[in-house]
Amino acid sequence: MSTKIAMETDVMAPLFKTKLRTNALSMTFNRDGKSMSVLENIDLDVGDGEFVCLLGPSGCGKSTLLSTMAGFLAPTSGEVRIDGEIVRGPDPRRIFVFQERGVFPWLTVEGNIGFGLGRLPRAERAQRIAHYIKMVGLEGFEKSYPHELSGGMKQRVEVARALAVNPDVMFLDEPFGALDSITRMVMRGELLRIWEAERKTILFVTHDIDEAVQLADRVVVMSARPGRVQQIVPIDIAHPRDISSSRYLELRDGILNQIGLAHGI
Amino acid sequence: MSALVEPRKWERLFWPLLASALFLALWHYAVLWTATKIFPSPLEVERGFIDLIHAHVLWPDILDSLRRVAIGYFAAVALGIPLGLLFGWYPAVNQVVNPVVQLLRPISPIAWIPVAIIFFGVGDYAAIFLVFLGAFFPIVVTCVDGVANVPLIYRRAGTNFGLTPPQILARVVFPAALPQILVGLRIALGIGWLVVVAGEMIAVSSGLGFLIIDSRNSGKRYDLVVGAMLLIGLIGLALDMLFRRIETIKPVRWGFRNES
Repeated sequence: MSTKIAMETDVMAPLFKTKLRTNALSMTFNRDGKSMSVLENIDLDVGDGEFVCLLGPSGCGKSTLLSTMAGFLAPTSGEVRIDGEIVRGPDPRRIFVFQERGVFPWLTVEGNIGFGLGRLPRAERAQRIAHYIKMVGLEGFEKSYPHELSGGMKQRVEVARALAVNPDVMFLDEPFGALDSITRMVMRGELLRIWEAERKTILFVTHDIDEAVQLADRVVVMSARPGRVQQIVPIDIAHPRDISSSRYLELRDGILNQIGLAHGI
Repeated sequence: MSALVEPRKWERLFWPLLASALFLALWHYAVLWTATKIFPSPLEVERGFIDLIHAHVLWPDILDSLRRVAIGYFAAVALGIPLGLLFGWYPAVNQVVNPVVQLLRPISPIAWIPVAIIFFGVGDYAAIFLVFLGAFFPIVVTCVDGVANVPLIYRRAGTNFGLTPPQILARVVFPAALPQILVGLRIALGIGWLVVVAGEMIAVSSGLGFLIIDSRNSGKRYDLVVGAMLLIGLIGLALDMLFRRIETIKPVRWGFRNES
């Protein structure tokens, strides 16, 4: 049984202002003298303020794609453009959020969140730090060091550190992958709340189908190596999403089918 | 004792003291049973030391040794950390320098004594130079390794926030490598303390190393020889314990595995 997902791509079209675009992006790595194609011909448009999930099995190159978009890796061919400009390196206007491992363990929560704010006057810096500490709910932990915090709290620190420099784009690479499932659910809600308040363009890599369908405006389903865009699925459910609604289940099952997985375990 | 159980306060003091008492008792009775005329018993060592304190020579010797270690060690720190960071930061530089470092590193500072005397003559500077040599190489090597072991994501985060390479070195790489560098600094301090004694036996006429060799040469005072040895051990232990306190300050504590 192959349920084809209802794909009204035209639903998105009118309110679409491109923020980030990849043109025929390909990536080849050389390992032990053999060249290995990791990404093949990725054409992707991401709208301003859009929340896009890159979904695929591990090893499909989705993290590589994200690192390339962020400017940490140069594509073998093709290009990434943000606001029409070719991306040539990392930039504070677009911040990459790692799993909580990216938090600096030698700095306090305050020190981490203020890390990118070195150029601001002291008072403004303190005020921004306080604002984002409040936004991610870490009041009272300003002077704590990361090793004194839980995984979820460290992830909040990292998200706050990224938000504090007021980027237009945020790249999140399986940010909740190392958290327990309850904390992960909470963090998804928090991220959506922040996204609705700040309207950053978000590219979010995950291998979790539910996560993708809960969060994204559109889910980019990628195929296994070499990574290609297999399908783009718009999630036309308003937030807050009812994760037992028939539309949610329909979209999720559609993606499961797309990846080639059965519904039962 | 299970590793999971935190030792109680009295135990932390009691067991080391018991072990020390047992060691002294064993030593005492070993001297008695073997009826040696040369090797001193703990009580003889104690009496010899009281004589030294009365003669006002013990403190100056201790201070001379500590001063030489301090100067040589801080010179090694001041030169070794920047060079180590530099070599670690520029792998190309390291490739050029590393063979020389690896060649010089295994040479015991004691083998440098004749060279040190040619360079600096018999005197303080020769001993300080030996301490410097002993401390310098472990510091450089741990700095290079420390920098190389800084996770890529920290550097990426640094560049992502718009830091220039010197800023990344100062604000990301150095603090990230600091716990590992501290381990090197602690090892280097221990080596410095080892080396100063050897240097003082040959190159100068004061300090604990000189006290040992002088006590033997002038009248075979083995009570003073053994006493000086014990004192060297105690001071070395004290230096190490002082250094370990640095490892508990918060910006580096994350890097030591006894903390979660």
